[in-house]
Amino acid sequence: MKYIDEFRDPALAKNLFRRIESLVGPAGGTKEKPLQIMEICGGHTHAIFRYGLDKLVPAELEFVHGPGCPVCVLPMSRVDDCIEIAARDNVIFCTFGDAMRVPGTRKSLMQAKAEGCDIRMVYSPLDALELARRNPDRDVVFFGLGFETTMPATAVTIRKAAADGQTNFSVFCNHILVPPPLRALLSDPQMRLDGFVGPGHVSMIIGTEPYRFIAEEFGKPLVVAGFEPLDLLQAIVMVLQQLAEGRAEIENQYARVVPANGNPHAMAAIEAVYEPRSSFDWRGLGEIDRSGVKIRGEYAAYDAEVKFGVGYGAGKAAGREPEGCRCGDVVKGLIKPPACPKFGGECVPERPLGALMVSSEGACAAYYQYGGTRREEAA
Amino acid sequence: MAAPIVPARRKPKGKVTLAHGGGGKAMRDLVEGVFVDAFGMGGAPLEDQARLVPPEALLSGGRLAMTTDGFVVDPLFFPGGDIGKLAVWGTVNDLAVGGAVPHWLSVSMIIEEGLDIEVLERVAHSMREAADLAGVRIVTGDTKVVARGGADKLFVTTAGVGVIPAGRDLGAHLVQPGDVAIVNGYLGRHGAAILAARGEMMLETAIESDCAPLNGLMEAVLSAAPGTRCARDATRGGLASLLNEVAAASGTGFAIEEARLPLEAEIRGFCEVLGFDPLYLANEGRLAVFVPPGEAEAALAAMRDHEHGREAAVIGQVTEGPAGRVVMNTAFGGSRIVDMLVGDQLPRIC
Repeated sequence: MKYIDEFRDPALAKNLFRRIESLVGPAGGTKEKPLQIMEICGGHTHAIFRYGLDKLVPAELEFVHGPGCPVCVLPMSRVDDCIEIAARDNVIFCTFGDAMRVPGTRKSLMQAKAEGCDIRMVYSPLDALELARRNPDRDVVFFGLGFETTMPATAVTIRKAAADGQTNFSVFCNHILVPPPLRALLSDPQMRLDGFVGPGHVSMIIGTEPYRFIAEEFGKPLVVAGFEPLDLLQAIVMVLQQLAEGRAEIENQYARVVPANGNPHAMAAIEAVYEPRSSFDWRGLGEIDRSGVKIRGEYAAYDAEVKFGVGYGAGKAAGREPEGCRCGDVVKGLIKPPACPKFGGECVPERPLGALMVSSEGACAAYYQYGGTRREEAA
Repeated sequence: MAAPIVPARRKPKGKVTLAHGGGGKAMRDLVEGVFVDAFGMGGAPLEDQARLVPPEALLSGGRLAMTTDGFVVDPLFFPGGDIGKLAVWGTVNDLAVGGAVPHWLSVSMIIEEGLDIEVLERVAHSMREAADLAGVRIVTGDTKVVARGGADKLFVTTAGVGVIPAGRDLGAHLVQPGDVAIVNGYLGRHGAAILAARGEMMLETAIESDCAPLNGLMEAVLSAAPGTRCARDATRGGLASLLNEVAAASGTGFAIEEARLPLEAEIRGFCEVLGFDPLYLANEGRLAVFVPPGEAEAALAAMRDHEHGREAAVIGQVTEGPAGRVVMNTAFGGSRIVDMLVGDQLPRIC
């Protein structure tokens, strides 16, 4: 496969592994206290496990799997809200497939579908808008989910619905932002991360500027990376180089896709359609200031929260995580997934208890699916 | 004495109605006009059961093998095949991978009211063609019509009977460490073809289903490698599920080499774009055989000589364990576990 295989070349990888090995010491990593580098994005987590990178890097370096998997950080109360909307008469509820198995307080969308709710999997918000067009006597609701990557597509769809006067279409908006939880993590006194691999697709939209505080206020390096194994390895070399030289900067390994100022058209669409919520609840991390967005009043007719009266309320969102579930500690990098007492026993991909086990991009599911030593570690 | 009155048979046209399942004239017209003709059951008087003469291999110490499978694929017709071919070859393959020579098939059709009779005719003719290619006969059948919404267009269930010749014994429990795993060709085509044909992905691809009868190939492998321990066809859940099932049943582990997996550029591209793993995509003409190391070369050569095994490849080896664990050595130099599929394979969102 041209333009893909070049980024998976084992010979080039060997060179990068050698550089990682020679840099990890000068960067401050030891076997007793390995450097902790957080890959923020779930896509990176998946790639690390898929290619076995975690087992190929030296022991002086460890990956911490960040909060960048949107279905993993979705609070249970929001799943409950989805089900409440989907159960209304006349509603067709549309969602990306990943969200189907996320457990709510009582059930998941998959279970609600089996019980008779009209819930459909779509691949784009535009598919949901098309469903609305074809079903003029039904109320079609799209479950808007994801970071800055998926926000523009939802925004464009809302504007299209408004332009077409498609009033039987609305969006249940749960879009969230990448920089605020990073600030929250860095402000946590327990945090001991040394550097970050920044998300490629999110940065393609927002550029590299929004990460500046990480270097300037917290003194940590961040390198935006692509999703192929060589991208990731090169980004790690760049982080280690910064640490070894005592620098903390925002660098861009993924320049073939990510421009420094992002995508102005997409940002304009985001700006036009959404406004920040005062705070939003992250599963495992709790309420984080200005970390989520809602639909602006101008588009209230297309806002499912308004249409169905299921507003986002702080009281409602109070975390009711299953007892003993340690998703939050995993997301903060305090423990590895097998250290959670539920991992591999009560919490497995076919019956996820915690959110990190749901999506293939969740740290626990990736660990469980690809981790070479999960059963021994879980025992 | 007057001769019995035999009304002229009318070829049914238009759409299937509930009357076609009602047991009366309309049903007889449908059964005789569509299925009996297509399946070539004419000639002998139709009875409520097929009456079969035991083949020589059964009389000389062979065992009967029987299997059944339901087919609900949507769409009914897709690049490279249709529900009829799947229904015939799926059952033929389930017999073949157990070492059986398939002989007879039954067909049961659940038809949704309103289906075009022309669609039914196309499926019936396709089944006949598939049966002829596989060397089996459709010997009995049943037709039911359900009200609109009671089924989705057409469901087909086939059962098959075959004979395992004396002295032949295949099974996952016979697989041993050191055995070699071989697959007969490119992986993932059927799953990709169906997903593309559904049109939800809005991708234009030329990927065709791999659906094929594997009984001829199995006979070729078994005569070249009589020590073959086990064979399985990789259908739903793909090769990954097959390997996990065999590893669990045999109490062994597998080490699969990613670089050796037969994958085409089209399938890799399809999976790359949609976030699928080709190891989990469905196949309908792919099997894996597990053979002792001394016979691996002969088995591989026999496959490659066969029209349904041109791209056959050794993909890995059976290990001591841990029991039930399938490990893939990645082309990248790492390794990872290949687990069973959980739920359906869904495209990722970011």
